[in-house]
Amino acid sequence: MNSPAPSTPDTGPVLAVEGLRKHFTLPRVAGGGVVRAVEQVDLTVGAGEVVGLVGESGCGKSTLGRCLLRLTEPDAGTIRLHGRDITHLSARQLRPLRRRMHMVFQDPYSSLNPRMTVGQIITEPLRAHSITTRRDIDSTAGDLLTRVGLPTGLRDRYPHELSGGQRQRVGLARSLGLGPSLLVADEPVSALDVSVQASILNQLRDLQRDMGFSCLFIAHDLATVEFLCDRIAVMYLGRIVEIGTREQIFNTPMHPYTQALLSAAPVPDPRVQRTRRRVILDGDPPSPLNPPTGCRFHPRCPVAEPPRCRDQLPEPVHTGAGHLTRCHLVRPDGQAPNLLTADRPTT
Amino acid sequence: MTVTPVDPQPALTLTARALRRRRARRRFTARPLAVAGALGVALVVIFAVFAPLLSPVDPNAPNFDTVLAGPSPHHLAGTDQLGRDVLSRLFYGARSALLAGVLSTLLATVVAVPVGLLAGYYRRILDAVVMRIMDVALAFPFLVLAVGLAAVLGPSLVNATLALGIAQIPVIVRITRGEVLAARELDYVAASVVNGSGSATIMARQILPNVLSPVVVQATLTIPTAIVGAAILSYLGLGVQPPTADWGAMLSEARIYLSQAPWLGVFPGLAIFLTALSFNLLGDGVRDALDPRMRP
Amino acid sequence: MSTLLEIHDLTIWFDTDEGPVLAVNGLSLALEPAQVLALVGESGCGKTVTALSLLRLAPPNARVTGQARFDGKDLLAMPGRQLRAVRGRQISMVFQEPMSSLNPVFTVGRQIAEVLRRHRKLSNRDANARAVELLDLVRIPAALRRMEEYPHQMSGGMRQRVMIAMAVACDPKLIIADEPTTALDVTIQAQVLDILRDLRERFGTAILLITHNLGVVADIADRVVVMYAGHKVEQAPVGELFATPQHPYTIGLLGAVPRRQTHQSADRRLAEIPGLVPVLRQTPTGCVFAPRCTRRTDPCQVTTPELTPIPPDQHVACLHPGTRQEVPA
Repeated sequence: MNSPAPSTPDTGPVLAVEGLRKHFTLPRVAGGGVVRAVEQVDLTVGAGEVVGLVGESGCGKSTLGRCLLRLTEPDAGTIRLHGRDITHLSARQLRPLRRRMHMVFQDPYSSLNPRMTVGQIITEPLRAHSITTRRDIDSTAGDLLTRVGLPTGLRDRYPHELSGGQRQRVGLARSLGLGPSLLVADEPVSALDVSVQASILNQLRDLQRDMGFSCLFIAHDLATVEFLCDRIAVMYLGRIVEIGTREQIFNTPMHPYTQALLSAAPVPDPRVQRTRRRVILDGDPPSPLNPPTGCRFHPRCPVAEPPRCRDQLPEPVHTGAGHLTRCHLVRPDGQAPNLLTADRPTT
Repeated sequence: MTVTPVDPQPALTLTARALRRRRARRRFTARPLAVAGALGVALVVIFAVFAPLLSPVDPNAPNFDTVLAGPSPHHLAGTDQLGRDVLSRLFYGARSALLAGVLSTLLATVVAVPVGLLAGYYRRILDAVVMRIMDVALAFPFLVLAVGLAAVLGPSLVNATLALGIAQIPVIVRITRGEVLAARELDYVAASVVNGSGSATIMARQILPNVLSPVVVQATLTIPTAIVGAAILSYLGLGVQPPTADWGAMLSEARIYLSQAPWLGVFPGLAIFLTALSFNLLGDGVRDALDPRMRP
Repeated sequence: MSTLLEIHDLTIWFDTDEGPVLAVNGLSLALEPAQVLALVGESGCGKTVTALSLLRLAPPNARVTGQARFDGKDLLAMPGRQLRAVRGRQISMVFQEPMSSLNPVFTVGRQIAEVLRRHRKLSNRDANARAVELLDLVRIPAALRRMEEYPHQMSGGMRQRVMIAMAVACDPKLIIADEPTTALDVTIQAQVLDILRDLRERFGTAILLITHNLGVVADIADRVVVMYAGHKVEQAPVGELFATPQHPYTIGLLGAVPRRQTHQSADRRLAEIPGLVPVLRQTPTGCVFAPRCTRRTDPCQVTTPELTPIPPDQHVACLHPGTRQEVPA
């Protein structure tokens, strides 16, 4: 399902994904079976827009991110970058287009080659695309480092000499060196301490405003996403179950899962946290190996209505400008289940 | 507006590599067995290189006056059935042992690492074909393979080295491929792809350097097997040809005289054993010193 | 009400390849029965090694000095046999990574039953029955069937609940929970916190909660101790800590957490704390947070701040305590 993204007349959406699917077949020794990581995902990201992709482990958000960059080959669907279909391009055809999109990884410790200096790491994209001459490499490295708030002297250091936060900044510098139009950030701050997260998030926001790139920000934490993102997509077991603007998602969440997610995130304020009504889901997220029939969320949904929710996959329902929800209980006029007032016992 | 730069770390005078090396060296020297191994290897190398200086007499010179003489001040290791000085032959024998042992492993590594790298990186058909071939080769015990190859190639030191080298290839391919499979899943390799780097660059700059270290250590550990293998080949007459001094050949010749002149068997046997053991201890020590603890 | 756990002047040095490193410096704290005390801080603050050293589980290169009195007896000084009787029975521990704390080759039921057999000397049948009860207690559905499952067949959240079941099996007075929900999804985290709270209410178990997540602290803690680079910098009941934080580090930490805003201002930034956590290679002079502190004055670099009481029940180690926001916002 597609929620129209802001696009300028000449550029159109930077990223347009339609019907994306990715399944992994496990080898027989691991029990066989198919992991349905991504099922039928439609998504657009407009120029200069930051779209958050939120979901818990196993929802397929990382796989989706990797598919977009063709690090993993999708099984079906199309990916369009600036209108051009890149889904089936060969590696050679893809290479020049790789200047327009890049990725920031989650783990600061495995995303930088331990045997390369910081300078070498961040200038690799430039060298791969034959952009700078050897002479300019040093100064370019210095500029990139300054841009992400690091001292230029770090260019001769090795990753192991840097802290987690510094490494993530190096990762950012590497990604932005060529001025891409799309940055996929795969949980870039999840592995960092709270105060370091704050500085990286601030940095990312500043860079995004200065450079104007579009960003797909993958996270499991809604509060982080609220800080950074214009639009938010909520993913559950391979499907996007709700997508809308930040205000729509936070003020009027439609899908029961979105509501549960919002409710589950603890608020760092004991007065609020201990007095608010909360929804606590029963049970565990099912495995993408054996997804439930119908609406994937129905086994855990406090307001699920059999047989519809059990047997039929919900179609996207349009409840507002760009606000789409996949739920049988949501109506186009905005009527939606409210988990906090539902009969099901909550805390 | 960008954020104030974070405080830089205090200036470090050592690069990652130098720091790793220093730590590794310290860990190595802390283990007496590893040091013993290193000394043993050094000794054998010295014997081989300086054999002409160390040998009291020409190792191939027969002397029918002192045939099958026991160890004495004049002949510290005794003499053999042709009156040749065993000690001198031991020193010279170190040459073919090291040549066949070490060179064969080197050969195998040079061939096997690229194969393992390509198979592990590209996977699919190339990997399947390569691994099936290796599986077949690995089904044969190492010595059977080496002996078979040496027999086909014909008896000579060069052919023995070649045979031993080829027989070691499958193991090293498998190890390399395993390391490559792990390395290619790392984020920095993915980052390199996203950077637009070509496959060749990625294999050479991202994967190979991070894979080489464990592979080399493993290869070092196969040297003792190669040395024993070399001795066995020449024992069987498939390696060095007489009258050239060689430990395995000496063992072979000593067979019929063992009851009368046990030193003919004991000394070459000890030489093979101690050399192989030294390489083993050295290899273990290096592997432990470069332990995954050091890996990021 | 006698204090359940009293840590007095705990100091931990690590012997590393590059020389000694100070992980914890003179930490003192008290935990009452049935209380939840949160030990909060970021990486390198020493909270985890503090928890481990209570049960003498710190790594071999750690040198631990000080006292840790549990029910009057010093855990750090008691003979091994006595400590083993305490571990698992009176004090139990829940770790961050349930996969590596559960033995993959034994069924879950067997592992829980083993704890019961060892400490409570129950028969096989009684132990198994109790194990099922415990699985029920931690809200694992179909408990009887789950008894026969192996850890790898369970999700992370379920494994963590099994860990909690094992931890409460012998009705301990104290549970040390080291980042129990960090590796879990947020919806599962909510469940697990609920279970911990339930346990405290039903059985009066005290919990020493190690975490870096302020939301978790707000949810479940009674009192909070904030640590920085091995030092306690602030201590308060949970309400006071969030409402009137006194130490600049606490203020910075609270400001760094993104919160839902009803009205988004375009220039909103998260609070940052410039600099990095230091690695202490010797006992520091002056305030350990001074290099990164916006309130730093000359005395701060020379005098080590003592814990100043701030009524009614707060303590802060700072020469310039106060709730004002001076960190760049």
